[in-house]
Amino acid sequence: MPESHIIAEGLTKRYGDFAAVDGIDFDIKAGESFGFLGPNGAGKSTTMRMIAATSLRTEGRLEVLGLDANENGPEIRSMLGIVPQADNLDEELRVRENLYVYGRYFGLPRAVVNERADALLEFAQLVEKKKARVDALSGGMKRRLTIARALMNEPKVMLLDEPTTGLDPQARHVLWDRLFRLKERGTTLVLTTHYMDEAEQLCDRLVVVDHGRIVAEGSPASLIRSYSTREVLEVRFGTDKNEQAAKTIEGIGDRVEVLPDRVLVYADNGEQALSAVTDRGLQPVTSLVRRSSLEDVFLRLTGRSLID
Amino acid sequence: MTTPFARTRRMGWWYVAEHRIRAMRNYIGSFFIIGLGSPVLYLLGLGAGLGVLVNERQGAEAIDGVSYIEFLAPALLLAGVIVSAAQESTFGVFGGFKWTPIFLGMRDTSLTPRQIVTGFTVGTMARYLPASAMYLLVMYNFDIVNGWRPLLLLPIAALLGLAVSLCVMAWVATQKDDRGQLSFIERFVITPLTLFSGTYFPLETLHPGLHWIGWISPLWHSVELGRLVSYGSEQHGWLTLVHIAYPLALIVLGWVLSVRHFTKRLQS
Repeated sequence: MPESHIIAEGLTKRYGDFAAVDGIDFDIKAGESFGFLGPNGAGKSTTMRMIAATSLRTEGRLEVLGLDANENGPEIRSMLGIVPQADNLDEELRVRENLYVYGRYFGLPRAVVNERADALLEFAQLVEKKKARVDALSGGMKRRLTIARALMNEPKVMLLDEPTTGLDPQARHVLWDRLFRLKERGTTLVLTTHYMDEAEQLCDRLVVVDHGRIVAEGSPASLIRSYSTREVLEVRFGTDKNEQAAKTIEGIGDRVEVLPDRVLVYADNGEQALSAVTDRGLQPVTSLVRRSSLEDVFLRLTGRSLID
Repeated sequence: MTTPFARTRRMGWWYVAEHRIRAMRNYIGSFFIIGLGSPVLYLLGLGAGLGVLVNERQGAEAIDGVSYIEFLAPALLLAGVIVSAAQESTFGVFGGFKWTPIFLGMRDTSLTPRQIVTGFTVGTMARYLPASAMYLLVMYNFDIVNGWRPLLLLPIAALLGLAVSLCVMAWVATQKDDRGQLSFIERFVITPLTLFSGTYFPLETLHPGLHWIGWISPLWHSVELGRLVSYGSEQHGWLTLVHIAYPLALIVLGWVLSVRHFTKRLQS
């Protein structure tokens, strides 16, 4: 059994009467890729900041790399690589200089910093941009530079807060590829996301968070198995008619869910469910059979969709 | 063997200063124009223009026992220091939280708020000390000063710069939005201080009811010290100690408050 890198028990963060994080437990092992999945405001970023020891917990226990997070902030951060939600690169410096000054913050000798900066420019596919101004980079490049910067101290754990939010699909795939390589090297990855495809791609295990609480935990596949069916049939009848049609569909598959724009029928065989729907005399405007995803898990657990 | 973390504990402040100095290289031209060009222009304009008038009316050695340009020159050097120090602590600090949030980047490393505050302030010295040294050379060149004592203007400038940097920083670190109040510092604090701190005329010339402005102004205390080292102005020994102790006290106060505000802002 690999050692635990992060252990939380009853972890709580309160702002006045409001509990942003409300007594959560988790145990992240060395080399694991662990995700916090949830909508905006679920308490994911607050949890990340407590792990990074830049926000102090109100209650509970939180140990990061064997140290109490409230007591040992600087030492813990010397072993972490932190990628914040919003880039905070120094735009007055060039690309490579950003890596250089950041490496120096960790007390690394100049020779080591220079060597790592070059290797990480390569890793982040930014060698050609090394002398460019930061504000001239695209969103995806800035993100890769932020990740490269967080790797300067060769961290044991990488904390990635919404790593691909705001990026176009191509830039997201490039980034996922880079993160996947880190995972292969054995770096522990802890990430928050509200994209289920991201969680499915990158996480070995994840917790679904809502209103500061953990509502489910497991691997993406096991969560889908436990909380959803193998397939989902999506049918649309027009905004005014979905509700009515859902009543007729009731009883087909395991469960029927009505969203404002479509009706979801959870069934192990989507095609069979579709013929059952037409057998009942309904003619959907469009229909689609797909595999269940974490979005369905989230909908089942919270009654809401991930991205409002 | 020293671990990198142990090195950061000891030297973290210096890494921040190093970062600032590196970033300033981009502005080296304008910093020199502001830091050196502007006092030199004042010196030429006021010394050669107004100074002639003053000397004609008052006699060549009537102000503090020296010519007007000798009286004015050290004060201009120090006035230049407070302008640069205040600017850097205003826009540099506010920007470091908001526009280019470098402080948030630093927070995510093993640096502490103390090291960030100390390093940033020390880094700012790179903006005004070289300019002050060049200006001092101009003073030597024009025979306004001679001997080694005027070199002490540089530590005086450092003391004054740190005091102003840290006090301004302590306030700016509490500002979350810029609604024009940032330019207040320059217009309603720094400019009046340069006008009423015995820079262009002795403090005694002012109405006695306004002397308190000089007493609370770090610039006045430093200018008094500056005149002592550049031409040996007459001064009581105990007053010299006050002129050294006052900026030191502001440095301590400004540092403690800045660290408190940075900690509050960077950690919750």
